[in-house]
Amino acid sequence: MSWTRAIMIPICQPLQAPHIESGSPSGSPCPQTHPERHEDELLDALRSGDEAAFTTLVDKHHASMIRIARLYVGSAAAAEEVAQEAWLAVLQALRRFEGRCTLKSWIFTIVANCAKSRGERDKRVVPLSSLVQEDEDGASVPPERFLGEGHPRWPGHWSQPPEAWTDDQLVSRETLQAIAGAMETLPPMQRAVMMMRDVEGLESEETCQVLGISEANQRVLLHRARSKVRSALERYLHEGEDPSWAPR
Amino acid sequence: MIVNPDDLSCKELVELVTDFFEDRLSPSVRARFEMHLSYCAWCRVYLAQMRETVQLAGRLSEETLPKGSKEELLRAFRDWKRERGGEP
Ligand SMILES: [Zn+2]
Repeated sequence: MSWTRAIMIPICQPLQAPHIESGSPSGSPCPQTHPERHEDELLDALRSGDEAAFTTLVDKHHASMIRIARLYVGSAAAAEEVAQEAWLAVLQALRRFEGRCTLKSWIFTIVANCAKSRGERDKRVVPLSSLVQEDEDGASVPPERFLGEGHPRWPGHWSQPPEAWTDDQLVSRETLQAIAGAMETLPPMQRAVMMMRDVEGLESEETCQVLGISEANQRVLLHRARSKVRSALERYLHEGEDPSWAPR
Repeated sequence: MIVNPDDLSCKELVELVTDFFEDRLSPSVRARFEMHLSYCAWCRVYLAQMRETVQLAGRLSEETLPKGSKEELLRAFRDWKRERGGEP
């Protein structure tokens, strides 16, 4: 399909953070990333057409790419298609990858761009970038759970404190489903940031690059997202509330 | 124990948890944050739950690949290799 050809391939601009290590042989200007040592070997193998190298990369990233694509497109099937298209774009652009960011964040940026184009083309979703301002003023915990500011001794301290979760609760399959359900109900940009940071394990700079947002914004969105998901888990674990209900 | 007006309240602390994890608090706020934690068991529970939330989210990456997609991708890889021909 021709639209893949139009996808912007990220060039991985050096990020603003100061360059600490100058002694690395690749001269990587991405100070936040810690490319695994074998990444260069993997790249060489890929470029020489080594199928095992490609399979390794697919095993490592394909599921993540589908999850990322799902942030922008309307269905699981469309997300799978986008991930497939993104791999073609990755292969086509491979020679231009300069190792200035990790291969992983480069690939994720490509899939995000593919998914954005697809989402806009299908007119199924509002582009994520227009939603950055969403819902930034909510409190992490409802104010009624704290004592009033006029309290003589403990103003702003817990009146309904959290109760610790047990190990049994934390390892249960149901809790995992609950957190997945809670993340689904987040506003799109918050969900995207929490997905990149906490599910895919990207660094904050990588997340900013993939999503095209500022570091400060990223941190606000991450905080909102984690706080809401914690609240949803709390309601689920203590009150048995279905986490896929819209958060309050 | 009397609360020093300089101390963070629990309500303030919960808004700073991510900045604390990301090491983005100024030294003075960080000191007040840690001071608060030293006497407030409830906020320690809250902090632990935020950490547990992050860890649980990390486990969502254990989901497996949809089947069938790999074969298709390998075909695409072979096509790419062929098209590229003998390029270095
Ligand atoms: Zn407290």
